[in-house]
Amino acid sequence: MSVETTTSVRTSFGGVAAAAKLMLIRMGVLPFFLVAAFVVFTLASAQFLTAQNIVNVARQSVYLVLVSLGQMIVLLTGGFDLAVGTTIALTSVVSAMIMISVMGAVPGSVGLIIAAGCLGAMAVALLIGLINGVGVAVFGVSPFIMTLGVQSVGAGVALFLTGGVPVTGFPHAFGDTFGFGRVFGVPVTVAIAIVAIAVVAIFLYGSRFGRHLYAVGGNVKAAKLSGINTTATLLIAYAASALLASIDGLLLTARVESGEANLGGTIALQSIAACVIGGVSLRGGIGRVEGVVLGAFFIVLIQNGMDLMQIGSYMQMVLLGVLLILAVIVDQFRYRLLIGAN
Amino acid sequence: MADLQKPIVETHGLTKLYPGVVALDHVDFALEAGEVHVLFGENGAGKSTLISILAGATTPTSGSVEIAGETVTVFTVRNARKLGVSAVFQEFSLVPTQTVLENLVLGEELASAGFLRRSEERRRAEALFAALDRGVDLDRRVSQLSRGEQQLVEIAKAMRSDLRVLILDEPTASLTDRETETLFGLIARLKARGVGVIYISHRIHEFQRIADRITVLRDGRRLGTVLAAGLSEEELLAMMTGRVMGAIYPQIGRPSGPEVLRVEGLRAAGVAGASFAIRAGEVTGFAGLVGSGKSEVWRALMGLNRTLAGKIVLNGKDMTGARTGAVIAAGVHYLPPDRKDEGLVLAASASDNIALGMFGTGRLRGRRVGEAIARIAKTVGLDPHMLRRLASQLSGGNQQKVMFGKGFGRDYALYVFDEPTVGVDMGTRAQLYRVVKSLVEGGKAVVVISSDLQEAMSLSHRLLVFSAGQISAELEGEEINEAAVLPRFFERKKATA
Repeated sequence: MSVETTTSVRTSFGGVAAAAKLMLIRMGVLPFFLVAAFVVFTLASAQFLTAQNIVNVARQSVYLVLVSLGQMIVLLTGGFDLAVGTTIALTSVVSAMIMISVMGAVPGSVGLIIAAGCLGAMAVALLIGLINGVGVAVFGVSPFIMTLGVQSVGAGVALFLTGGVPVTGFPHAFGDTFGFGRVFGVPVTVAIAIVAIAVVAIFLYGSRFGRHLYAVGGNVKAAKLSGINTTATLLIAYAASALLASIDGLLLTARVESGEANLGGTIALQSIAACVIGGVSLRGGIGRVEGVVLGAFFIVLIQNGMDLMQIGSYMQMVLLGVLLILAVIVDQFRYRLLIGAN
Repeated sequence: MADLQKPIVETHGLTKLYPGVVALDHVDFALEAGEVHVLFGENGAGKSTLISILAGATTPTSGSVEIAGETVTVFTVRNARKLGVSAVFQEFSLVPTQTVLENLVLGEELASAGFLRRSEERRRAEALFAALDRGVDLDRRVSQLSRGEQQLVEIAKAMRSDLRVLILDEPTASLTDRETETLFGLIARLKARGVGVIYISHRIHEFQRIADRITVLRDGRRLGTVLAAGLSEEELLAMMTGRVMGAIYPQIGRPSGPEVLRVEGLRAAGVAGASFAIRAGEVTGFAGLVGSGKSEVWRALMGLNRTLAGKIVLNGKDMTGARTGAVIAAGVHYLPPDRKDEGLVLAASASDNIALGMFGTGRLRGRRVGEAIARIAKTVGLDPHMLRRLASQLSGGNQQKVMFGKGFGRDYALYVFDEPTVGVDMGTRAQLYRVVKSLVEGGKAVVVISSDLQEAMSLSHRLLVFSAGQISAELEGEEINEAAVLPRFFERKKATA
């Protein structure tokens, strides 16, 4: 009798462990992290698990989601994009400066002013992405060093252009629309994020380019031998990451209503953390859009939870770093389960 | 076999030179359509170079290649594919993180305006498998397939274009018996469709099953091509013997001292149970193909791979599963086979590399070390001017002398040389053999692990032949000759693994 009980207990425990392992393989660490976060913060703060707070978190996470989508595209190739923060800063500064100078020339036409600012800034971002891509794909510089170098260059240029002073004085319509506006009751920022998520998902899962992206990250030699243009694939990946970051930069500029050279300071680390926690492998070739969106949401969620618990921003930095490292350790384990044994 | 047709692949005087090595020496080779043609020979015989040229991965130094009547001028994998030549190597060129379907259409996705037409892709992949009469679930990730299934996907992928020549490099090396049967069925099917198959294998027992002809290669030369039908294993092995002995091998005295090392029932990665003893004052040779276990035994003994079972007794002390440092301290010097990867600090000078061998002896500084290094250089025949040079700037021969020199930084009881003369010129080889001679005659135990059968046979007093992770023969003195060794080299019975 007692023997039977112990066996049944052991099997049910084994069943839970097996299910957890399967979940880990499928989705990575995210489900475990999310459950832990909800439990801890709900216990710690009464305000946490309210509809209003969760909606608030969702809205705040838009900015991280956009950058993380781009970061994911680069991570899928087995690379990194540490220059996303700089892209945001440069986008912010350049768009503000263009808007102000166009406003000087044709003061009345608000639409033209905003369009010129956005397009000009996105062109600069595209250039950053292409520089990253050329360095990695053509010259074979390690993505880590290449994007780290470009991030320093970009930050320097942004500070040089502004002297460190916020650029203000562009049309209020910009901030009113892209920072605080709504379409059909949905905040414009959220709508833009939803469109971006859909577009990225369609390209990754449904297009030839998406296939190639996963193949390059999964086994670059096999991709090349199969006739894939790996150089072009990498170039497009870095350009896409920069473009998504620049959209983010424009939305942030609208939100703070000035061009700031210090926007996006910590976003490179946060976006990598969002991706890895969301199940993107740092070795490339593995990762899904849904996971990344949830991963970004998770990071904003714990920041929100810690704010409610009145944990200072310094300690938040500590926790974010720890979570990232933890996620990477679990990712190693998961990769082995996925690739190593059958 | 279509005897009257022009061969589908023809090479004339095909030669490939690497610095210091003739990998392929005026080889004439022909493959008929619908034929299975086996390439047979030891490691380094030139098989890999030949198929690498045919697959477009290597450009020959001289000679010509004709594929389907067309003279090949551009040697790229892409061009070879266009001519209908595909190779399936032991390392598969699949993307492990993607599904079978995605791999089968990789690079040739069916899409309109860049967007995938999935159902058409699926039909195409199914058609590829249907042609082979075999299949794998299209939605499974490649990393989750068995070796046999991955191979099937590779072959199916090779059939995307009009396949004329399929090259299989040791295709059964890691397959189960059932998977091997499946593969043979597949080969028969391809043969019937007129595909020419080049098949590399060390498993003689497979040849009767599937081969039409066998070409034997050695030292980059073609020894002959024979019909497989009715050919006995003995006849095949006889073709390989009868090489002229070089004069570079010294007569090594055999003072024969006490037992230094005893290994019982060792099991480790690549080793399926090995028992042997090593004595002082003699050379024990370890022969066999790459992967036969001859080298893996020592990686386990040195603590580089984990020992799974068995017992290792060194100078009367139980050293089973000991750490590398402990094994070295107990008196074993191990010279790894890849000097660039595991042997030398390439960015350090020759003398600093030699000094590395003195760690733990307490003499790392000062004039006495300089003197010791100069003495060692003299022992191994290294020009003292070379001592200041960076290891990366030395020739292969001088690098190997430095490697040998590291073994004189301490007093060892047992010297283990794994591939001691790979990529080394003749003069240096003779010099290194003299070093071996003086060690043995000075009463040290020496082990020579070599894929160069001639070297292993000529130096050894006692020769252990490895095959499939086990010792297939132990020969001594006069018994050591090609006729006795070669039959033990290749797997003649079905591997039970």
